[in-house]
Amino acid sequence: MKGVLTRFSDPDLGRSVLAEIQGKAEAIGRPLTFMEVCGTHTAAYSFTGLRDVLDDAVRLRSGPGCPVCVTPPGDIDRMIALAGGDHITCTFGDMMDVPGSGSSLRKERARSGRVRIIYSPDEALQLARGHHDGETVVLLSVGFETTAPAVSSVLRRAAAEDRTNLRVFSAQRLLLPALRVLLCDPEVNLDGLILPGHVAAVLGRAAFEFVGAEAGIPAVVTGFEVIDLLCALDCLLDMVGRGEVAVKNRYGRAVREMGNPAARGVTSRVFEQCDVQWRGLGTVRGGGLRLREEFAAFDAAPLVPDDEVGDADPPEQCRCGDILRGQAEPGDCRLFARICNPLRPSGPCMVSREGACSTYYRHHREESLHG
Amino acid sequence: MVEEPELVEMAHGDGGRATRELIDRLFRPAFGEEHLSASDDAAPIAELSGEWMVSTDTFVVSPSEFPGGDVGKLAVCGTVNDLAACGARPVFLTAGFVLEEGLSLQLLRRVVRSMASTASADGVRLVAADTKVVGRGSGDGVYINTTGLGQTMPGVELDAARIVPGDRIIATGYVGDHGMAVLTHREGFPFSVPVTSDCASLWPAVETMLSDAGDAVKFMRDPTRGGIATALKEIAEQVPVDVILKEEDIPVRDPVRSAADMLGLDPLYLANEGNLLIVVHEDAGERVVSSLRSRRGVTAPRVIGEVVEGSGAVRAVTSLGGTRDLGLFAGDPLPRIC
Repeated sequence: MKGVLTRFSDPDLGRSVLAEIQGKAEAIGRPLTFMEVCGTHTAAYSFTGLRDVLDDAVRLRSGPGCPVCVTPPGDIDRMIALAGGDHITCTFGDMMDVPGSGSSLRKERARSGRVRIIYSPDEALQLARGHHDGETVVLLSVGFETTAPAVSSVLRRAAAEDRTNLRVFSAQRLLLPALRVLLCDPEVNLDGLILPGHVAAVLGRAAFEFVGAEAGIPAVVTGFEVIDLLCALDCLLDMVGRGEVAVKNRYGRAVREMGNPAARGVTSRVFEQCDVQWRGLGTVRGGGLRLREEFAAFDAAPLVPDDEVGDADPPEQCRCGDILRGQAEPGDCRLFARICNPLRPSGPCMVSREGACSTYYRHHREESLHG
Repeated sequence: MVEEPELVEMAHGDGGRATRELIDRLFRPAFGEEHLSASDDAAPIAELSGEWMVSTDTFVVSPSEFPGGDVGKLAVCGTVNDLAACGARPVFLTAGFVLEEGLSLQLLRRVVRSMASTASADGVRLVAADTKVVGRGSGDGVYINTTGLGQTMPGVELDAARIVPGDRIIATGYVGDHGMAVLTHREGFPFSVPVTSDCASLWPAVETMLSDAGDAVKFMRDPTRGGIATALKEIAEQVPVDVILKEEDIPVRDPVRSAADMLGLDPLYLANEGNLLIVVHEDAGERVVSSLRSRRGVTAPRVIGEVVEGSGAVRAVTSLGGTRDLGLFAGDPLPRIC
């Protein structure tokens, strides 16, 4: 395995592919705009310096593929209200600093000491098992098609043990329906899409066929090593050059044509699709997951003091919504690095490591402010 | 013969019989210092002459024991390395312990012995110590504060004001080992990473290097919390100059790189406890690196970058020739969620 990964990050190979890409971009002769849908790709294209090297020829825009970033203010406030309640709340670390209307999970942890950072949904089940007195453990479940199978598997085990002191607050979202909404937006003007490798590992390449058919632009599924990032660009440039519209897979070592049916199966036994709000996209039909009726006993939503928490508006002037649609870059936002920074974030894109604002703040702050 | 209790109790902090027993049976045998008297309020130390430096630091690492070290070793190395980074030979150390009620005395004994052997390896003497006990739940096992006194090496002038464009940046070892070892050793962490902390005293290496290279060494920093990126950013802003790192030249172990990648962390921001950043004259880079090579605590000495004119930016040049800014670290190191 080490050999494989080393090959995909080989600097010499990287430099030679890069030279080819630069040649192909020059041959096309006009600046191109590609969107990297996934937040991990956003971070990776910056981390490797590729965004910077390609800036003149290929403009890379971030998309709606960071689960923390697309969670709307109402859900953030509900999760914070849960954390202020009389139970233990488990969250992935990225959520800690996301600002709600009045507080954040980190502030609630400082106040109550009852918010735990976990790395895997399994830890929430272990905590629930440890509380024989029946104290409730609430898992804040934020993520895409990739996270849902692990949460589902934990819930099925909890159900088998009848461990109803575990509750899940589902802010799970499905990327595919959101991508469809995004591509139908006439204001979104792209020359190609770099599709999320992890989500595609679950859904399969074929699930993205609609991109070519409906949006009329080429797309490519890829991984996260340097060579993966380069191959995706190479593949898109080839298709643009030939005028070809197709969805190709350049992540064959992880993504199959039909994805991972077992992972989708476990999710569909526990969750069902529902309409939800996305930050930046509004209501997305079928864009979220809620617990099925059989798992109602595990739903944390009824524990939210509903009368206190409504659907708040995003912070004034914060352009996270536009950035998530690829309509703006972080430097276009008046708050970026002036008022909004990782210590005092105004919006979620500055919090998550995969958020565009956080990535640009870390790696391209000067040029974003002055370029 | 009274049997020694296995756990720390509140009585161990009452200043009476139990406190004295703890000192006599646990601390004194380890440190072997006649100065460690339960009755004196202060300890005399030999007459000091010349220039001395003082440094203090508090160690609250969780867990108290981790692959490659423990809070005791860390408490000595941390303060020793702070002095070493200033070119001062560590000579005296004081230690303050905050113990949580219920702490295993066996664990405490291991920590104290580890402190003692780490200190004696560098010829550092523990001259005063204090112990307090807090109730269960008010602390996390054992916290240690150490204060070190170090004697400045003659003829050495370490000053950020001497840094000029052209100077080279040297790192003495692999980057991020300590941060990754501690993070992934915490209870409940879902996977293990084959990496041990780099926790080590760098004084012997520094002493040899300063004797060999003398004036060519301009400045040093101990890149602990915030990693090498944060330490270099602070240096760059202080002077001010820009620092350009060549990413391929920065030593990172494969398991640390892979695990950091998986967790969404950058090894350049992970804590080190046995690494020094050394700024040297542009002609002295390779000479200083060979002087450091195969010294105790030095794992991978390399020139990792250079100083250029500027106003405080630190940039890494990637293998593809792109650059990324390295800013001050902000917030917790957060794991990614998808």
